[in-house]
Amino acid sequence: MLKRLSATAAALAFLGLPFAVHAQVKVGVTLSSTGPAASLGIPERNAALLLPKEADGQKIEWIVLDDATDPTAAVRNARKLATDDNVDVLIGTSAVPGSLAMLDVASEFKVPMISVAASAQIVSPMDDKRRWAFKTPQNDALMAGALADAMAKAKVKTLGFIGFSDAYGDSWLNAMQQAGAAKGIKVVATEKYGRTDTSVTGQALKLVSARPDAILIAGAGTPAALPQKELKSRGYAGLIYQTHGAANNDVLRVCGKDCEGMLLPAGPLLVAAQLPDSNPVKKSAMAFVQAYEKANGAGSTNTFGGHVWDAGQLVLAALPTALKTGAKPGTPEFRAAMRDAIENVKNLSASQGMFNMSPTDHSGFDERSRVMVKVEGGKWVYQPDL
Amino acid sequence: MDVSIALILLQDGIVNGAIYALLGMALVLVFAVTRVIFIPQGEFVTFGALTLAMLVDGRVPGTVYLLPLLGLLVLLLELIKALRSGVWSSLPKVLASCVALPLLLLWATRAYAGPDTSLWVDMLLTLLLVAPMGPMVYRIVYTPLAEASVLVLLIVSVAVHFTLTGLGLIFFGAEGWRTPAFVSGQLELGFMSWSGQSLFVVGTCLVLIVALWLFFGKTLYGRALRATAVNRRGARLVGISTGMSGGLTFTLAAAIGAVSGMLIAPITTVYYDTGFLIGLKGFVGAIIGGLASYPVAAAGSLLVGVLESFSSFWASAYKEVIVFTLIIPVLVWRSFHHRHTDDEE
Repeated sequence: MLKRLSATAAALAFLGLPFAVHAQVKVGVTLSSTGPAASLGIPERNAALLLPKEADGQKIEWIVLDDATDPTAAVRNARKLATDDNVDVLIGTSAVPGSLAMLDVASEFKVPMISVAASAQIVSPMDDKRRWAFKTPQNDALMAGALADAMAKAKVKTLGFIGFSDAYGDSWLNAMQQAGAAKGIKVVATEKYGRTDTSVTGQALKLVSARPDAILIAGAGTPAALPQKELKSRGYAGLIYQTHGAANNDVLRVCGKDCEGMLLPAGPLLVAAQLPDSNPVKKSAMAFVQAYEKANGAGSTNTFGGHVWDAGQLVLAALPTALKTGAKPGTPEFRAAMRDAIENVKNLSASQGMFNMSPTDHSGFDERSRVMVKVEGGKWVYQPDL
Repeated sequence: MDVSIALILLQDGIVNGAIYALLGMALVLVFAVTRVIFIPQGEFVTFGALTLAMLVDGRVPGTVYLLPLLGLLVLLLELIKALRSGVWSSLPKVLASCVALPLLLLWATRAYAGPDTSLWVDMLLTLLLVAPMGPMVYRIVYTPLAEASVLVLLIVSVAVHFTLTGLGLIFFGAEGWRTPAFVSGQLELGFMSWSGQSLFVVGTCLVLIVALWLFFGKTLYGRALRATAVNRRGARLVGISTGMSGGLTFTLAAAIGAVSGMLIAPITTVYYDTGFLIGLKGFVGAIIGGLASYPVAAAGSLLVGVLESFSSFWASAYKEVIVFTLIIPVLVWRSFHHRHTDDEE
C-alpha cells in the first residue's frame, strides 16, 4: 500500500516537473461557428486563429471549440475547458443566451470569462457571478444613444420599430425607448419578425400605416435586409435606421440598392480606413484589418471577428501584470490574478474602441467605440457629423 | 386595417401558401408511397434556392460535389449487394446514373459557371443538380430500412435533415442569398397590383399541380405510384417494384423542393437552414390533409400561408405560434371524425 502510494507520488512529481518549467498560458475559446449564429461565429473563429501563440516569451495556447449556438453545448464546452484543459481564461460565446449560461461555469470554477455577445446583462448588474465576466462588444444602450443623437439631428419625432422576436430585438426595443425618451423621440409602433421568416409584408404595412418619421430595424446579419427591402417596396419614404448587427458586407450584397441611404451606428472598425489619423482607435483597428485580410483575403474584414480579437487583446494586455504576481499559469491563483489584471486594463486601444475597465464596468467602452455610418453607393461611409 | 391592406396581405399569403402547397403535396406523396415522413423536404428547397443563387453569382455551388459523393455511396452499396447475390446485371445502370451523370454535371457546371450566365439555363442546371439527390438519398438511407416502422423512418428522416443542413452550411456559408426576379414589372388586377414575380410563383405552382394530377391520372408510372400508395403488397403482387416507386417518388419530391426553392429565392433571403421552417409549414398543410388527400393538403397549405400573413400584421410576435397551433384543432377534429385504422402493414 505504502509502496504504491510513494510510486504514485513519484509519478505525479515526474509529471509535475516539466509542467512547472514550460508553464503555458491556456485560453479556452467557445464560439458558435455552426447553428443560427454561424454568421457571427465563423468570422469570430477566423479571428481567434489569428491571435499570437507567443507574447513576451510567454507561450499561449488558444483552444477553439464550436458550440453550435446551443447554450447547453456552450456550458459543456466551458466546463470541459475549465476542468480538462485547465484554462486560465475563457472567451465566448457568440450569442447572448449561451454567454449568460456560461456565467455559472465562470463563477463556479473562478475563471475569468470574456464574452463576445452584446447584451449588457452579461456584465450588469455587477454581482458575485458577474465579477468573473467581461465583454468586448459595445452595449446596446451606447449604440442606441448614438442613434438617438443622430435622429434628434434629423428632427425625428416619431419612430417605428421592427426587431427580431428574440433577446436581440427585445433588448434593442428597451434601449431605444430609453434613449429616445431622453431626446423627445416617441416609439409609435413596434413589430417583431423571425430570423428565418420569408415575408414581413404584414409588419411593414402596419409600420407604414402608423406614419412614423423614421423606422429602426433591429436585426443582425443578412436577415436585417428583409424589412429594409419590404419597407422600400411598400413606398416608405422616411429615414430607415439599422443597428450595428447589420454592419456586415453580406447585408449590402443581399440588400442591393434598397439599402442605399440607410444609417447605422457601428464600431469604428467598420470604417477604420476612413477615420481621421487623430482618432485614437484607427491604428489598433487597422492592425486587425491587416491581420484578418492577410489570412482571409482582401475586403473580408468582419466586425464580429473584431470582438474576439479585442478579447484576445484584453488577455494579452492583462498577461504581464498577472505573471508579475508570481502565480503560475494553470493555478487558481493565476486565474484570480488574470481577473484582477483584466479589471484594471486602462486606455487599451483595440479594434472596436478604447477599453477602460473598472470594478463596476466590465465592458469598458465609451463614445470612442461608436461611429455613425451611412450606406452610399453600396459602401459604408463614415459620418463624422452625426 | 382597410380593404387595400387586407388585399395585399391576402396576396402575400397566397404566394407563400402556393409554395407550402407544393411542399405539402410532395410530403403527402412521399408518405403515401414509402411511409416516410420526409422532414428533409425543406433542405431541397434550400439546395435549390442557394445553388441557383451561387450560379447566378458566377460561382460553382458546393452541391456539384455532393452529387458524385452520394453517387459513389450508392455504387458502393450496389457493389456489396451484387457481391452478396452474385447478380451483376443492374450495375451498368447504376454506373450510368450514379457515377457518369454526376461527373458529367460536375464537369459541365465547372465549365459553365461564370459571370453573365443565362438565368433560365442556371435554373435548368440547378434542377438537374438537385433532383437526382432525391433517389440517391432514398437508396442510401431508406431502401435498407424499407420495412421498418413509421417511427423508425421518421427518426432516420430527422438524422438526414441534420446531415443535409450541416452540408448546406459547408456549401453555402452562414449568410443569406437572393436571386434577381425572373420576371419584372407590375400588373394591375382589379383593385390591387401584383408583382410579376408573385404571379409567376402562383402560376408555376398551378401548372405543377395540374402536371402532377395528369401524371398520377394518365401515365403508367403515375398509376404505379398510386397503386403502391393504396396497397404496397398488392402492388408488388402485380409486378410494381417498390424500389422503383420509392426512387421515382423521391425524384419528384426533390424536384418539387428545388423548384419551390428557385421560386422563393427572388422574393426572400434564403439561408442554409431556411428550408426546414418552410417545409414544416408545408407539413402543417399536409397534416390538415391527413397525410393522404392532395387537394385538402393544398387547400390547407394555402390556409397556412394566409393565416401566417394576417397574423404577421395583427400579432407579429406570435406569428409562428398561431401557425403551428393550427395543427391542434385539426388533429382533435380528425381524431373525432375518422375511424382509427392501423396502417402498419
